[in-house]
This record gives sequence, structure tokens and C-alpha cells, in this order.
Amino acid sequence: MNNENQPTTSQAAIRAEGLTKTYGSGESTVYALRGVDLAVPHGEMVVLLGPSGSGKSTLLNILGGLDSPTEGRVFFDKDELTAFDDRHLTQFRREYVGFVFQFYNLIPSLTARENVALVTEIAHNPMTPEHALELVGLGKRMDHFPAQLSGGEQQRVAIARAIAKQPRVLLCDEPTGALDSKTGIVVLEAIARVNRELGTTTMVITHNAAIANMADRILSMADGQIQNIEQNAHPCAPAELTW
Amino acid sequence: MLEFLAPLDRKLLRDLWAIKGQALAIAVVIGCGVGMYLMSKGMLASLADTRAAYYERYRFADIWAPVKRAPDALLEQITELPGVRRAETRIRAGVILDVEGAAAPITGEIQSLPAIRGPHINDFVLRQGRYPDPLREDEVLALEAFAEAHQLEPGNHLYAILNGTKKKLTITGLVLSPEYVYAISPGEIVPDKKRFGVLWMNLDALANAFDLDGAFNEAVLLASPGENTDALLEQLDLLLKRYGATSAYGRDQQISDQFLTNEIQQLETMGRLLPPIFLLVAAFLLNVVIGRLVDTEREQIGLLKAFGYSNGAVAQHYLKMIGVITLLGVVIGIVLGLWLGHGLARMYMDYFKFPFLLFRAPPEVYLVGIGFSLVVAAVGTFGAVLRVLRLDPAVAMVPPPPPDYSRSARWLERMTRLIDQPSRMILRHLYRWPRRAAMTTIGIAMSMGLLIGSSFSLDAMMYMVDVSFNVIDRQDVTVNFVEPRNVRAIQDVLHAPGAMHAEPFRAIPVVLRNGTNSRREAIIGLQPNAELSRVVDTELRPVPLPGYGIVLSDKLAELLDIREGELLRLEVRTGRRPELDVEVSGIVKTYMGTAAYMDLEVMNRMLKDDIAISGTYLLVDPDRTDEFYQALKNTPVVAGVSLQEQAQDAFYDTLQESLGTFVFFNTLFAGLIALGVVYNSARISLSERGRELASLRVLGLTRGEVSYILLGELALLTLLALPLGALLGYLLAWTLVQSFNTELFRIPLIISPSTYGYAALVVLLSAAASGLLVHRRIQQLDLIAVLKTRE
Repeated sequence: MNNENQPTTSQAAIRAEGLTKTYGSGESTVYALRGVDLAVPHGEMVVLLGPSGSGKSTLLNILGGLDSPTEGRVFFDKDELTAFDDRHLTQFRREYVGFVFQFYNLIPSLTARENVALVTEIAHNPMTPEHALELVGLGKRMDHFPAQLSGGEQQRVAIARAIAKQPRVLLCDEPTGALDSKTGIVVLEAIARVNRELGTTTMVITHNAAIANMADRILSMADGQIQNIEQNAHPCAPAELTW
Repeated sequence: MLEFLAPLDRKLLRDLWAIKGQALAIAVVIGCGVGMYLMSKGMLASLADTRAAYYERYRFADIWAPVKRAPDALLEQITELPGVRRAETRIRAGVILDVEGAAAPITGEIQSLPAIRGPHINDFVLRQGRYPDPLREDEVLALEAFAEAHQLEPGNHLYAILNGTKKKLTITGLVLSPEYVYAISPGEIVPDKKRFGVLWMNLDALANAFDLDGAFNEAVLLASPGENTDALLEQLDLLLKRYGATSAYGRDQQISDQFLTNEIQQLETMGRLLPPIFLLVAAFLLNVVIGRLVDTEREQIGLLKAFGYSNGAVAQHYLKMIGVITLLGVVIGIVLGLWLGHGLARMYMDYFKFPFLLFRAPPEVYLVGIGFSLVVAAVGTFGAVLRVLRLDPAVAMVPPPPPDYSRSARWLERMTRLIDQPSRMILRHLYRWPRRAAMTTIGIAMSMGLLIGSSFSLDAMMYMVDVSFNVIDRQDVTVNFVEPRNVRAIQDVLHAPGAMHAEPFRAIPVVLRNGTNSRREAIIGLQPNAELSRVVDTELRPVPLPGYGIVLSDKLAELLDIREGELLRLEVRTGRRPELDVEVSGIVKTYMGTAAYMDLEVMNRMLKDDIAISGTYLLVDPDRTDEFYQALKNTPVVAGVSLQEQAQDAFYDTLQESLGTFVFFNTLFAGLIALGVVYNSARISLSERGRELASLRVLGLTRGEVSYILLGELALLTLLALPLGALLGYLLAWTLVQSFNTELFRIPLIISPSTYGYAALVVLLSAAASGLLVHRRIQQLDLIAVLKTRE
């Protein structure tokens, strides 16, 4: 593994040490992660590349406090996530983490604005739902229900919902996986803008290598391990991406 | 293990296993309906069959013809009356019994026993011991229940006041009699084995005791099959008129049979009303569960159709699922019904004294129960199966678009502006699926209604008891004299230790006629300003007896089809036997029996008697009751005693035993229904909205907050269901009150606030229990798995 580009631990927003995740036991043990070490500095845009089954979603879920590793430790700034119980993990997600998923997971019975408000109501220092929706370019469609929005618009609502609490980290799992490339780029632009303007540490999972070009840092995963870490000195704007 | 099954059948079994909780909940509700039906119909058939067989085998009389005294030779003429199959004469009289260990005197009856074995008509079952020695004057048979209640066995003694003479008697055997299946003393409302005894004594001995040598005071008859007994009754009255006949009567006025008929009627009503309600709820549950299951499986259905499975095969798959659940319900129902039926039969055996009572439901009851369940299941799931048939495979395989909540009502939006997002989700969800919300609410309301409808009868009975014993009849003791006596007899009774206050009454046997309607009744003559036993209206205000005419209970007026102010024909069957027309001066609502009242003075003037009374109501010093009882036992003029407190206790005991058990089971059933409805709704919501709820968890909402969205909705629906359930309960109670209107009882529509509260509590607890079950599921939501799957 190439460790030269690893930032020093003191700068890291997220740090993982020796993460291992297994399912099953005995001969049928399946390794999803095999000793992953990782440090993501504050404010960076990281793209996690890898084929399906490489363990990237498992890693993201553990970093976001949705799942716990079989072995190893995760630190969020100075707090050890892996020492948290379920209540603390919920609290952690509530305050610090924004999630974006492939299938949006919006609440169909709430409008765009209300979907965002769902989060801002319980957060400590949120921006207004309107501001969050302006940031993703949906200022004019705030009172629409998910059923009245296109896939790209729904995903942008999901991003607005994720960032409205002003999270310290934004985790996106295949955010463009269900979208065509044109719509996907609009969504990526929203993510890039949030990263740039709010300085939110951002991790994007994708199996689409083209997207990696917008990252500050590119992690490649295979077989539950990080195979390569690449620093990208000149990230390009999402509009320049093609696939 | 499942290899031998077709793939679709394997899917069926696994799907069923996956929804086992819900399937079981539905099956239990079906089971309750089937069980209830089986129990009530089976018990009805068993009681009716047992009664018929018992009456047949022991030749229960068709007609009773009491007289004052008639010569034995008259039997021949009676037998020759057209329509008489067989007739017998006997002596039957009221006695006061005294058993060692019993402080209070016991009211009883004694009957004559022919010299050779038992009587032909109204024969009895000798359960223990032997017949009295024809030569002994002190040997008797005793009614088994009474003897057992006092731990009397053959060989034991008891005392009886026979026509004023106290006599020591020896019990030789214990019997059951078709005349005393419901062993109740005249004027009481519930049987009390301890307080009512019947003895059978050798004819000669009894004739001696009552100065009836060569004479009888009651004829019992078997009518020829198919004979119109009305004509026979008329002829008997005519023939026996000069022997002091009080009017012959048929089985419909024989007190034991009357109560038995009453019970059978109640069972019939119960069997007609309650099971359909259970099955209706089951149909509703099936509708909801299968309907929503089909919705969640639309992709699979599309896929199956795309693979070439025919519409029929796919529909059949779901029909099989419904069939399995229904059959499971039927099996639960049959087991439950048989178990309850046997329990009920045992309970009945305790106060209906049959020599045998086997719970056995006729095959058609099973068939109807099963058929009805299947029909109900089919109706309940018709819509869902139709949707399966209509699903176009291409459409089905595309996931349904997210439900559109944009068409929300403006009033709802204005309202939701003030509340948080989770509450808004609840309201919008309800508004989006109003039918579903309504169904859940109705289902819960039905369970509450069922609870109220089945437990209000306790309130009503308690009310009746309270009114009867504390408002109408406020005396401690009622004393009946052997013969009507001069009013001065009161003084004798008042001399007894402990007697504090006495009010006289007179009861006279009459036949009341209005046109073609006639009734054999006793009119009670009361002092117009009576303080103890009073006539009261529905508002429980004492009704002063007017100085003329007759006051009828509303039921009697209804039976005679007569209104206030009209003239009623009175045929007095005692004394000079006058026949006269009397104005109906009032009609009062009563809950028990078919009473008729007159001012005592008016009555005596009408009878042209000296002022005479048949008995007296008494207040007794509670500290001196034992002394008073002792004195009463040795008073020769007393023919019968009725003790209010013990009658009231007996009533409460019976209520606790019979109605209490009934209410307990209904509570159980209704609780199960509430549980079934709420649990099913919550589970289905959970599977439909699992993804949504998991998303919320990921967003950082706590388990409690997520549970709130799902359970808050159910809580809201449950709360909405409470007033509706109260209303349904009231309606059900009203319906039951209408159908429990018999000559013996009219149940008042009294539902106490505590019954509403109790029903609401059971519903809330059931809802809470199912909420807890679902909450545990929410705890176990697999966040990652849910998020990765597409809708």
C-alpha cells in the first residue's frame, strides 16, 4: 500500500485503524473488509472507487455509524466511534453526518422543504431548509412532493437534506447510480458546491471511474482492502466529467 | 423438506411463515367467530335435544291443573276429555323445611308418591338410595341438588311443617325431576339449591297430613300428540271449576320449563348476533392483510405472469393462502368451540339439573360454521384477488411510483403548518389512505363494541338486582300464609322476636282476558301507601296505586294487548270466584315477570271478603334474625318464606358464575380482535414503510422518534376508535336488549361508565401490546439492507 500520501492523523476528520468486517463464522466466513487503515483530512473530497463487492459500502456504513466493524477502531476527530453504543451512534449521525443514497430515500409524504426540515428540526445548528434547497438549485421547487420531482431533483433534495444540518462529513453511496449522466452531473455539482462552499468533508462511493476526477483524493478498493490511494492535485469541475 | 411441493406451493408455505404472526392473528379472529358459533349453536342443540329426550323419557306433563280439593274419582272424567293421552292425580303442597345447620327456614314443595314405584307422568330419576317403604309415613325422597347443598344423604333426617304440623322425615333416596330442571321457588328469580327443596312422600301419608284422603289437589296430563292444548285447558277449567281450580296451565307457564326456554332463547340470540360480528372483523382483517400483501408482491406477481403462469394459477396461489389461514381459523374455532361448549355444558349442569347433558354440535353446525368462514374469507379477499388477476405483468414489474401526497386537503395543510415533520407524516399518511385508516379504526371500534355489548349485561343485571331488592322489594322477609287470613294475622307475625314492621299483601289467582288474549296470573294486592314492597316506574319513583282498577306491568299489557283506561276481564279463581271487568288504571315498566297490582282494599272489596291477606312483608332486626327464623320455623300458619338477602346473594352468585364466565370469554375474544387489528395494521405498515423508517433512522432520528411515526398513527386511530367503539357497543347492547325481551326478563339498557372505561382499557392495552411487538421490530430494522434495496 502506498502510504506516502496519507495525511498525518492530527489533521484527519475521520480516521480508521485496522478495520475488519466479517460475516458468518468458521469455514463460511466472508470478509467484507480486511484490515483497512484510512485517514480523511478536514474539508477534502474523497472518491472511493471499486467494483461491487469490494467493501466500499461496508466501509462507508462503518464510517457513518450505521454499522460496526468486527475488529478495528474508527475515530471521528477525537471521539472513538467504535466505542459508542447505539444511542450515541444515533446522536452522532444526527449531529455530524449527512447521508446520500442511490435511491434517494425521501419521505414521500413530505414536501422537499419538509424533508429537509425533518432534519433541521432535530439538529443543533442547521441552516434553513430554504437555504439548503437553494444550494442544490431547487429554490423554486420547495413545495413539491417527491412524486412530483424527477430522479435528479429527488437526489438533490436528498443532498439538501443531508447538508442542512451542516454536517462535518457528507457520505454519498452511489449518488448518481440511478441517474442518467446529464442528471448525474447536476447532482455531482451540488455535492461539489457543498464541499467547496461549506467545507464539508465529503466521501463519494462510486464504481464509475470518471467521477474520480473531481476528487482531491481517490481511494481504490478491492477485496476488502484499499489497494491504492491517489492524490489529485487538479480536481476538475463536475461539468467537465463525461461518461 | 419441501421438495415434493410445486415451487409456488413452497413459496406459499414460506410466505405464510413470513407472515405467521399476522396469519395467526387472523386465524384466531376467525376461530373466535367459529368457536362462538359452534358453542352457542351446539349448546342450543344440546340443550334442546337433552330437554326433549329427558321430557320424553320421564314423561314430563303437558298440562298441570291445580285444584283445591277434588275426589279421586274425577280422574276418570279427566282422562275421558278429548285430547288427553293420560292423566294422573297427585297431592302437591308448599312446606317449610328445616335442616340441621340452616338457620333460616327453607321454602319447599312436597309431592305425593303413588304406592307402586314412581309416578307415570313427571317421573323422576332415582340417583341414589331407594324408594320410601309404602308402609312408612316418615320416609321421603328429596331433590338431589337441595340434598347435596345441605350435605344430606339417604338415611339423614330433616323437618317439615306439613299443614301446620312439624314432622321429622327420613330421606331414603335422591332424585332428579323434569319438573325441577331449574329448581326455583315460586316468586324467586334465580335458583338457589340451598333455599328451595322438593320432597316426595307416600300418597297415603301425605293425604293424611293434608286431609286429602281420597282426594287430590293437582291433576297432571299428557296431551295426545298434535292436540291443541288451549281447548283442553278450557275444558279442564270448566270441569274442575267447582273443585277450586285456579286455572290449568301448559308447559309455557311451568316455571322450570319457562326458565329453560328463556335460556335457550338467550343462547339463540347470542349465536345469531355475536359470531357474525367476529367473522365480519375477520373478513375485514383478511381484506387488509391480503390486499396489502398483494400490493407488496406486485413485482413477483408480474414476474410469475411473465414466466407464463396463468392468471388462474397466480390467483389460485393467493386463494390457497387465504384458504390455509381460514382453515387454520376453522380448526382453532372447532377446538375452541368444543372446549367452550363442554365447559358451558358443565356450567349448565350445575344449575340446570339434567340427568345427562352432553355437548354435541350437530354436523350441520360444523358445516355452516366452516362454510360461513370460507364465504367470509372469500368476500374479504375478493378485491385483492381481483387485483392479482388484473395486474398487467409489464406494469407489475416496474416498481410503483412513489405515492403522491400532493393532493392534500387545504385544511390539513393549514393545520399541519403548526406541527413537526413526523406528526405531519402521520396526518398526511392518514389522509392519503383514508379507507385504510377507516378500516383500522372500524376494526378496533368493533372489538370495543363487542366488549361493551357483551359485558353490559352485567351492568344491566346488577341494576335489575339493585332495583328489585332495594327499590321495589325493600322487605327483609316475605311470609306466605297457608290460607288467606284476616289482617289481624299480621299482629301474630309481629310478635315474633326481631320483627319490626309488617305490611300485608294478598295474592289471588286469576285469569285475565282481553278479547282472545288470556293469561293466568296472580294479582298482588298492596297497601296504597306501601313502604316495603312497592310499585315503581322506570324513574324508580313509587307509583301510588289508584283507588280503582288494576295496574299492569308493560309486558303483561303487551301480552294482553291492552292499554290504560281499557277494561280487562278478571276471572278470579279463588273464594267466590267472581268474574268482573276492571279498568286498567295504570301500566308500569318492569324488568322481571308479568306482574299485576291492585289496591288491597279495592281487591278485598271486589272479592267481597273480610279483609284478608295471603302474607306479609317484614322488616327484621338484623341482630335478631336467628331468633326470628327460629320462631318462624315453628309457626304453623306459615307456608313459605322468602328471604331477600339470601335471594340477592343467590342472584349475585349466579351472575358471577354464569354471566361472569361469559363476559370473561368475550373480553378475551374482543381483546384478541383488538390485538389482531392493531397488530396487523402495524405490521403491514412496517413492511410497507420499513424503508422510509430506516431512512429516518439513518438521518439520525432515534428509535423512539421513528416508532412515533408508525405507532403515533396507530395511537391516533385507536383514540379515534374509542368513541366509535362506544357507539357500536351501545348499538349492540340496544340490539341485545331488544332480543332479550321475554316474559321472565326484560334487560334494561344500562351501560355503566365503568363498562365503557373497561372496554376502552382493554382496547388500549391490546393496542399497546401490539405496539410493543411492532416497536421491537422497529428496533431490529436492518438499516443497511433496507437502504440498499430499491423500492
